Amino acid sequence: MAIRERLSGNEAVAYAIKQINPDVMPAFPITPSTEIPQYVANYIANGKVDTEFIHVESEHSAMSAAIGASAAGARVVTATSSCGMALMWEELYVAASDRLPVVMALVNRALSGPININADHSDSMGARDAGWIQIYAESNQEVYDNFLQAYPIAEHEAVHLPVMICQDGFITSHGVENILLAEDEKVKEFVGEYCPAHYLLHEKEPMAVGPYAVSNYYMETKRGQREGMKNARRVILEVAERFERMTGRKYGFFEEYRMEDAEYVIVMIGSAAGTCKAAVDRIRKESGKKVGLLKIRVFRPFPEEELAQALRDRKAIAILDRSEMFSATSGPLGAEVRAALYGAKSQAEVVNYFYGLGGRDITVEDFEEVYTKLEELAKTHVVKDMYAYIGLRER
Amino acid sequence: MKSKDIHERSPWQDITEGNQIYEPATSKGFCTGEWRVSTPVYKKEQCRQCLLCVPVCPDSSIPVSEGARGDFDYDHCKGCGICMAVCPFGAIEMKEGK
Repeated sequence: MAIRERLSGNEAVAYAIKQINPDVMPAFPITPSTEIPQYVANYIANGKVDTEFIHVESEHSAMSAAIGASAAGARVVTATSSCGMALMWEELYVAASDRLPVVMALVNRALSGPININADHSDSMGARDAGWIQIYAESNQEVYDNFLQAYPIAEHEAVHLPVMICQDGFITSHGVENILLAEDEKVKEFVGEYCPAHYLLHEKEPMAVGPYAVSNYYMETKRGQREGMKNARRVILEVAERFERMTGRKYGFFEEYRMEDAEYVIVMIGSAAGTCKAAVDRIRKESGKKVGLLKIRVFRPFPEEELAQALRDRKAIAILDRSEMFSATSGPLGAEVRAALYGAKSQAEVVNYFYGLGGRDITVEDFEEVYTKLEELAKTHVVKDMYAYIGLRER
Repeated sequence: MKSKDIHERSPWQDITEGNQIYEPATSKGFCTGEWRVSTPVYKKEQCRQCLLCVPVCPDSSIPVSEGARGDFDYDHCKGCGICMAVCPFGAIEMKEGK
């Protein structure tokens, strides 16, 4: 029987780490992810796990140590947020190109400036090109479930890539929810032992990791990395299927909420999807209008074909971004989803909105207004407020 | 896969993940001496074999055998000139170019 608990998102991740008992955790505290290494340090002090905790002097060192430990053959975890991950920038790319299955618990927080500690996706969206698999959560349950699936994906021989398990700062990281935890033995069996084929501490096979590769090798190396990311599509689904057999909870690239007949659709990532679901339920109950939500779970690799298939025949779609990318046009999710729809020759009307930057609240009423706008758009075919900000004070 | 199996005609499918090389000491085959713009010249007759130059060489490019140094390993010497600076006897001179 699964264990019923009530945990914050940070506690849930720390609990997953306890169950997995990774070999090494180099980490540096930063709000709102600080509790994760703090709880793991407690587990270590209380003899619950034998993870080697490395007290590093910065996140730059945290990711460097994670790379070193992973190359040595250890199963590695780290946790960070926002500017902490920004300080890892250089190493994020190295972990990916060295094909090291490092797992990071990322608690999404706005990047400075202005300095801000609240939820938005500017940290992970900024790192979307670093070569990490990115999996996002709406709830504490999802972040726990995603974390358990991280190592089997990262360490799969067809993948060998680092994975970022993302959750929204404070909203899920500090909010306490009911949660179902899998039993320790089941988790142990599900995650399995880490037995890399090649590693630096292998005494019979001396090896070099991360050698210099200039113009005569760099492109072939990157193409190989792309193959790992392509394979991750298949592996993510296989691992999700295995996870469903263990827990009964089903996961895919995205969740479709009341989408069967939906004409007006919101596409988004993260915790605010829960608020959107409340709006969908209220609209369907009160007016019977066919509204739905597509919540993206896996952003890297990007599930282009599956998304386009799920969206192409809708009447109007609003893509909601929780981070700016200052192209002075779209946000990152908007750009990629629209590209997918273009490739699928979709005739759906599309708008791209920004919401929740730096932790700005978004309400059920805000979502209702988005659906009203989508209905208008489908009637008039005139896009009036492409790239609008939801909940912005304006004259 | 060994380094000899990876070369400039290798298709991407044959390059190891992360360019890993499963053998030791492959840096020997990487002639970083090509980067040199000035070159130390060893004047054996002035050398007293004090060996002060050996430990300061950042590229281990001064070979020692039976307690005596030999001529430079120009495959790996980058021409930094530290050996010349520490030599008390003027036994190393820097010349321009390779």
